[in-house]
Amino acid sequence: MWTFFHKLASPKYFYRISGKLIPWLGTITAVLFVSGLYFGLFKAPPDYQQGESYRIMFVHVPAAWMSLFIYTFMAVLYAIHLIWNIKLADVMASSSAAMGASFTFLALATGSLWGKPMWGTWWVWDARLTSELILLFLYLGYIALVSAIEDKRTAARAGGLLILVGVVNIPIIHYSVEWWNTLHQGPTVTKLDKPSIHPSMLLPLLLMALAFQCYYFTLVLVRARTELLERERRSAWIKELFG
Amino acid sequence: MNGLASAFLAILRRDLMLAFRHRGELANPLLFFLIVVTLYPLGVSPEPELLRKIAPGVIWIAALLAALFSLENLFRSDFDDGSLEQMLLSPRPLSVLVIAKVLAHWLVSGLPMLLLAPLLALLLDMPSKAAWALEATLAIGTPLLSLIGAIGVALTVGLKRGGILLTLLILPLYIPVLIFATNAVAAAGAGMPIEGQLYFLAALLVLALTLAPVAIAAALRISMS
Repeated sequence: MWTFFHKLASPKYFYRISGKLIPWLGTITAVLFVSGLYFGLFKAPPDYQQGESYRIMFVHVPAAWMSLFIYTFMAVLYAIHLIWNIKLADVMASSSAAMGASFTFLALATGSLWGKPMWGTWWVWDARLTSELILLFLYLGYIALVSAIEDKRTAARAGGLLILVGVVNIPIIHYSVEWWNTLHQGPTVTKLDKPSIHPSMLLPLLLMALAFQCYYFTLVLVRARTELLERERRSAWIKELFG
Repeated sequence: MNGLASAFLAILRRDLMLAFRHRGELANPLLFFLIVVTLYPLGVSPEPELLRKIAPGVIWIAALLAALFSLENLFRSDFDDGSLEQMLLSPRPLSVLVIAKVLAHWLVSGLPMLLLAPLLALLLDMPSKAAWALEATLAIGTPLLSLIGAIGVALTVGLKRGGILLTLLILPLYIPVLIFATNAVAAAGAGMPIEGQLYFLAALLVLALTLAPVAIAAALRISMS
């Protein structure tokens, strides 16, 4: 098991294994998306309060989950990079940022599309929305910093530090805005009690969440491979691979 | 230990002396603070009722921007003349040395803001309770701004045009301070207790005092490598 992880941390093995994984992950993503959308758009009953328009949830909620997941994942990767100095962690993390920002933007955009018919407004300064917006700023700050530094290694380390500082701040931001003002509905899935959402809606939601997750991993592997080729273009294993 | 204390004091004294040799620059962030606040009655409305309502936010946002403005040069001249490199090479822990620099920065930028704030409170017609709360939040909040901001400055010091980037990096991290501080001032104006918010700011300050020096030192090492 451990030797597998050690091997995986070497760019050469990572490149080979990820090359084999990507088609599988891509297929799983496609299947999950099709089934999630089918159950979500055709099978799930309309909501008793919100009618048909609640179906935007099947995109909105997974996107919001992903936006948080990717930030945390990046922080974990950078912690790994900091502690064990595994450069692959930093390649994966820097490949994730743009996707994290996109998911955050998607969550905000679908949220405002959903908010207009439900709350009668595109945007309110409510706790969840505001903290999600700040999360977007944190992603954009990271991207701006990394693209401003020319040397890739320095850029990655500086960005990593910023992400780690930001991760300290995320719970603070989350709770500070929560106490400040709130309108967003409370959690319906992730509470310790039984979920207050009906199984026929929960199933497509979970399918879509899995689909988003697999989609992210597929794309991040593709991006990481490209990044790796660019960074390691002078190393022996790439010359061996491409002659 | 003694050597560490003397290194700390030497840097503190040096930075304060440098600041007082450039007295004109010292006043700039302060004037900026004053002018931004002045813009609101002109731009929004001179009506006292409205001004009283927006005063906490106006003063605090001006304070954030002034802090950002003054932070930009925290490591710049040391970076340019090579003394930052000497600090990195010094046998003393860098995190302690940067604390001295941040403290010096707060003494020349945060503290004067604290002294100027009652005047601004008066200009915006704040009730005296709110003015006291403003003082208290500024007293706890401005060192926080210096500490958090220094991380961003340390990350961008090696870059040619770090200014705009700094805004993007630092302002999102300032948001919790802004929320708790303005909330406290508004609550005090409405006659409600504000201990909760003050404790929170104090907790943030303790957290920043312990973690920020390490982050600043790490950021400087990254920028200088």
